[in-house]
Amino acid sequence: MARSDVQLMLDVKAGDEQSFALLLQRYRRPLVNFLYRMVREREEAEDLAQEVFLRVYRARKDYVPSAKFTTWLFRIATNLALNSVRDHRYQRMEVSIDAPVTADAEEADERTLDVAEKHPNIEQHLIEEARRKMIRHAVEKLPEKQRAAVLLHKYQELDYGEIAKILQCSESALKSLLFRAYETLRVELAPLVAQEPKFSGGEEKGRQS
Amino acid sequence: MSCKRMEERILAYVDGRVKVSERREMEVHLAGCPACRLRVNEFRAVTGLLDELPQIEPSAAFDARVHARVAAEPTKQSWWAWFTPSPRVAFAASLLLLATVWIGMHSNSNQPAVTQEDIPVLENYDVLSNFEPLTELPQPLQADETGQQNQQM
Repeated sequence: MARSDVQLMLDVKAGDEQSFALLLQRYRRPLVNFLYRMVREREEAEDLAQEVFLRVYRARKDYVPSAKFTTWLFRIATNLALNSVRDHRYQRMEVSIDAPVTADAEEADERTLDVAEKHPNIEQHLIEEARRKMIRHAVEKLPEKQRAAVLLHKYQELDYGEIAKILQCSESALKSLLFRAYETLRVELAPLVAQEPKFSGGEEKGRQS
Repeated sequence: MSCKRMEERILAYVDGRVKVSERREMEVHLAGCPACRLRVNEFRAVTGLLDELPQIEPSAAFDARVHARVAAEPTKQSWWAWFTPSPRVAFAASLLLLATVWIGMHSNSNQPAVTQEDIPVLENYDVLSNFEPLTELPQPLQADETGQQNQQM
């Protein structure tokens, strides 16, 4: 049976480097994806994810399994991401005086994924690309704390109590944070939401796959 | 249940994260409230749309970079580490100690060599002073006096 995160971390504390490699293997993908959606740049996301693992390693001697491992891990990641977003916003404000931002720097990342998917025809491909771009922009436009809440809730599937601890707020504050985020998203994505026939009103039970 | 109270729970309802009793209560409200019903459906649509965002793969060098950064970490120094001698300092201190002992032993070895030569003479003093033929000899003081007298003459 696979060892739990806490057990692995306790083994790392005891000096087992192999357990650290296992934690790295288990969490590199969720962390890189979470940070990518937070900071919007692949290189920056990878750099920050590495920093998260480094901080986990540094803290190994003082590790006490008082909370879930993922709470601790994503709390480090969220703090790093929020700091990075705030620093970058400041930098962008300085840059935008001379050169307005026009290029979409991170689109290239997703385009490479699209090529690998081999779409049946170019028209379908363009529609899907536009659709994804719209979704991505809607998520990225959310205020950073709302964005973190949505990402942790939707993609990491953490429970409300855990996300509240990560974002250092109460559970009811988190629920209203998520509610506001989803309200914004349903407005921003209204054209796409309306395209979903199953969801455009009336009774509906199951989720579209 | 009011629309305001629905707001806090609506996402949990969409996720299927509410208790059965609460769920029934919400469904009663939804049956009579088109606005909340629309919101539930649109929130469902939004979560469906969020599923469409592609996941990225970490680069191939990711693990190697983490391991390199971990390996570059200095070993943590705590306050008592000051008392723990480093191997270099310990080696230098041992060399200094050895050198001191060596020099000490060497500088002392000359003096005992001289005194030891005198010891047999001192040991034989009693034998020599009681040796009968020697007592028959004129006293050393007299011999000296005759010598002086000879020189004066």
